[in-house]
Formats: sequence, structure tokens, C-alpha cells
Amino acid sequence: MPEPLLELKEVVKDYGTPPLVTRALRGVDLSVTPGEFAALIGPSGSGKTTLLNVIGLLHKPTSGRMTLAGTDTTRLDDDGLTRFRARTLGFVFQFHHLVPALTALENIVVPMWSLQGRRDESMRRRALELLDAVGLAHKADSRATALSGGQAQRVAIARALANRPALVLADEPTGNLDTASADEVFGLLRRVNRELGTTFLIVTHDPRLAQRTDRVVEIVDGRIVSDEAVATARDQPRPVSAKA
Amino acid sequence: MPLEWFLAIRFLKEGRAQTALIFGGVAVGAGVVVFLSALITGLQASLVEQTLGSQAHVVVRPPEEEARVVERPAGAVLAVRRERTPQRVQAIGQWQQVLEQARSVPGVIAAAPTVNGSAFASRGSVTKAVSLRGVEAESYDRIVAVSRKLELGLFRLAGAEAVIGKGLADELGLEVGDKLRLAGEGERADVFTVAGIFDLGNKDVNQRWVFVPLRSAQNLLDLPGGVSTIELRVEDYLKADEAAQLVAARTGLVAESWTELNRQLLVALRSQSASSYMIQFFVIVAVALGIASVLVVSVVQKSREVGILKAMGICTGMVQRVFLIQGAIVGLVGSALGSALGAGLALLFANLAQNPDGSALFPVDLNATLFLTATAVATVTGLVAAVAPAARAARLDPAEVIHA
Repeated sequence: MPEPLLELKEVVKDYGTPPLVTRALRGVDLSVTPGEFAALIGPSGSGKTTLLNVIGLLHKPTSGRMTLAGTDTTRLDDDGLTRFRARTLGFVFQFHHLVPALTALENIVVPMWSLQGRRDESMRRRALELLDAVGLAHKADSRATALSGGQAQRVAIARALANRPALVLADEPTGNLDTASADEVFGLLRRVNRELGTTFLIVTHDPRLAQRTDRVVEIVDGRIVSDEAVATARDQPRPVSAKA
Repeated sequence: MPLEWFLAIRFLKEGRAQTALIFGGVAVGAGVVVFLSALITGLQASLVEQTLGSQAHVVVRPPEEEARVVERPAGAVLAVRRERTPQRVQAIGQWQQVLEQARSVPGVIAAAPTVNGSAFASRGSVTKAVSLRGVEAESYDRIVAVSRKLELGLFRLAGAEAVIGKGLADELGLEVGDKLRLAGEGERADVFTVAGIFDLGNKDVNQRWVFVPLRSAQNLLDLPGGVSTIELRVEDYLKADEAAQLVAARTGLVAESWTELNRQLLVALRSQSASSYMIQFFVIVAVALGIASVLVVSVVQKSREVGILKAMGICTGMVQRVFLIQGAIVGLVGSALGSALGAGLALLFANLAQNPDGSALFPVDLNATLFLTATAVATVTGLVAAVAPAARAARLDPAEVIHA
């Protein structure tokens, strides 16, 4: 068993101030190893977005411990968290949230620029490589507003990968796309996972999509209720057929 | 270029219509400030110029005469009824010394002795009451530049020459080279040759003032060897009061600055300045509110992008700076446009308000300091106006805006 990339121990997250406190996470234990391609599912209000915010270092847990890439993140201050997030995490959201004022290429350059403090030519080259990898090199100088939904989401994936994150968090990455674009985007995430070894945690409420990942973690009422490896015909024999 | 500048400029470029509107708003505001300043400064300079065109900044004269008790018997209690005395033309004692003392006061750049009194000017059967001013042409010209305001002839007072105003010249039908009889105290009278005719821009002065050599005036006014006033010019006419006080303290004489003699003008100037500052202040406030409201709208519009930028690792301080920089750029560019606008308006106005001879009625005062001040004020205003929107952007919770 390799060292986990992400480890949560007894993580609790409360929202609100007394007496109106909502406990969104009620003691979550989760461990993700490098290279995993996992899905996080659950009905709305189950706490999956909260969990993603905590893992994404956007919100601090109320109690519990969290270790990401060997760092105890509960010990970092705000600016430390921001820098650590920029180095370690990539985000892909339901809505691409590209900055409309910038071109596709610039959207990818900004996270690198922000992390390293000053712009240099290598950032442009890396951004072009990433755009090429998502099949959009020809759209490098297009405004974000001039891209279709699927294209924008692919640019957002390229942006998430800009700083070579150890973990990419994707929140309903295909939720806003038609079936064809959704397949394309999902395939891209899968390819990045296989080719670059990037770890993915994908939040979805779509069970069919979840079944195409390697592992499904289900959260209900702020607790993880099931955590199972997905057996696929190609990767490993189905347990049932294996027995047969 | 730092990332925050890059983002600020891109954000401004993106909101094209919004940016154009706010640039326009700031430009109009800055234009009004520049125009108003140029106008008021020019107007005031011209008013002061008109007043001081025939007046010294500071006039030094002996204290007024008062009746004194001549004799007080020892131990006696006197009931004194003090009658006001008629004021004769008095001489300043030791005036050469006073002149030197006055010249040594800081801020005083010129001093001239004068002998002032009343006289009658006559030619043929016509007689006019005039104000006789005995001066040395050279030193007095540095107090009131008569030589630059001559209609005819020269400002020269050699021997028995006189320089008169154009009003008097008209009344007595005098031209340069004509003879003029001046009668002073008692039977003292003399005949002078008109050397020049001036126009000091004041009808009364043009009708009444007659310049004659110092010695002639002393003779006509029965003030042998004495002078009645010493007139001063100071470097900054707005500081004439201070110079007057210093001179009075050093010489023990009365020193009146032009501001005391022109209270009303000064009050008018001050209230003009005050109302102009007031208008400018409110214009600046309006501009600041405009910038702030546009930036607040922009923060709301961009909350998602700001959220994602923060999620991607752009720190709170940088987000804040992005919006502060936008405010400063709006102030800077807007005021640059506004300075051009204000200058254009001022010049147009100066062209419209013309004297019959085509010269400007008053000069508008457009100088680099005005533009620099306007630009600096607008830039700082933009920065200050951006503080609240920037803080708002910085407070945005990335988790909230990106899942929305």
C-alpha cells in the first residue's frame, strides 16, 4: 500500500453560528492514494460539496485532521493555504469559470504566473502543450467567451493541470454538457489520469458516470456510507463472473 | 508586468462600455475642476492686477496726528475734551533711513518715497482738483509700472516735467509737450511740461493723478526735504499683510497693506475661492462615488472569476490590488482626458469673452501644476473609491461563488 496522497481523519465541518449550527460533515475518514481515479457520490445536501471544499482547502474543517501530499493542512494559515493549494491542487467545476477577459492561453498561464510570481516564456510553452493535449491548440488566442461549452471545459481542465497538481478535484465536470461533450471531457480526464498519473476525485450525482471510475465513495448525511472499488470488465474480472 | 496589473487592465478592457462611461464621468469631473480652477485663478489674478495696477502693495506713512495735552500741572486732575484735528500732509522723519529699513524687510522687493497731496491743475481758465504725487520715476516705476501703461510720451520726471492721466489730459486738452500749471499749498505754484500720458485702467486715477518730481511736490506741498509716504512692492502680494506688519514694527510707522485698503475685494476673492473649492470638492465626491459604484458592479459581475482566481491560488492581497489598480487607472486616465477637456473649455471661454480689441477679457490660468494636481487628486480619488469594492472582492469566498 503506497503512502496516501490524501488522508482525512474524523473530519467534522459545521456551518453557521450557535444556536443555528448545521453539521455538514459528521466525522469523515477517507484515504486516497496517488494515481487514483475516484468518484464521490451522494444525494444533494449529503455533504459532498462540503467535503470537496474541505479537501480543496477552500474551507477549514471544524475538527479532525487532514493531510495532503504529506502536509498537515490544518496547520497552514490563509496565505499558506492559498500557496499550497496553487501548488498541489487543480480544480474543474461544473461551470468552467474561465476568466472571460482572457484568452484560452492566458487562462492557463495565470495560475503559473501567480504561483511563480513573474511571467516567462516557459509558461506560454506549457500552456500551448496543455492546449494541444486537450485538442485545442488552435483556440489558444480565442477569448474564453468565444469557446463552446465543451471546449471551455477542456480549457478549464488544461488550466487545472497547469501547475502539475498532485490532485485534481472535479465538481460535476460534465454536469453542464451535452452527452457527446460530456463523454469527450470525461475521456480526457481519464486519459490525463492514465498518462500523467494525476489523481482525480470527481464529484457527481450521475451513477453511470461514477461507474466509469475506479472507486466510488458514497456520502449520505455527512458520513461516508460506502466506499467500493468499481470492477470493470477491462481492468479486472467482475467478482461475479470471476467466481463463475 | 505584475499579474495584478495584467488582470486589472484586462478587466477594464473587457467592460468596454462600462469603462468608457466611467472614464467619461471622471473626465467630465476632472474637466470641471480644471476649468473652474483655471477660470477662478485667472479671474482673480486679473482682478488683483486691476486693483494693484495703480496701487502699492504696502504704504508706509506717519501715524495720524492727535491733539495732545500740552501742559499737565503736577498733581492736577484734568478733564480733557479731545477734538479731532485736521490731518495735514505730514513728513516721515528720517525717511532715507526708513526707506533702507523697509528695503531690508524680507519679501520686500522695491521701495519708493512719494510725496502726496492735493493740488489744482489749470490750463487757461480751466482748473481741476488733482492728486499730486511727487515721485522718482525710476524707483516708483518698480512699485506701479507706469512706464508700461503709457498712452503717449515717457514716464520721465526731469526738471519741471509732469506725467498725467488720460482723463485729465482730455479735460484740460493737454498733449505731450504742453504746459500745465499746478498750484499747491498757499501761494505755491509752478508750471510743468507734460512728458507723458498714462492709462492705469481706473477712471478716477486717470482723471486725478499727476506725477511730478519729488522735489517739485515737496515744494508745492510745503514739505521741504520730506516725503509723506514710502510705497513698497512685495514678492507675493498675498503676503503683503505680513510684510506690512514687519515694516511697521521696524520703523514704528503705520504700514498698510493693499488688503486693508481693499477689504471688500479680499472678501470677494476669498468667497470666490471658497465657493470654487466647494464646487470642486463635491465634484470630486461625485467622481469618487461614480468610480466606486462602477467598481462595485464590476466586483459583483466578476465574483465568479474572482472566486476561481482565488481557488487557483491568487492570494487575497493580489485580488485587492487588482481592483485598487483599476480605480487608480480610471482616475489617472479619466483625469488626463479631463485635463484636456477642461483646458479646451477654458481656452474656448477665454476666446468667447473678449475685449473689443480682441484680447482676452481675462487670462485663464492654465499651468502644469494645475494639471498635475488634478491628475494626482483624481488618481488618489480612484484609489480611495476602489478600497471598498476591493475589500469586497477580497472577502469573496471562492467556494460559495464557484458552486453557485
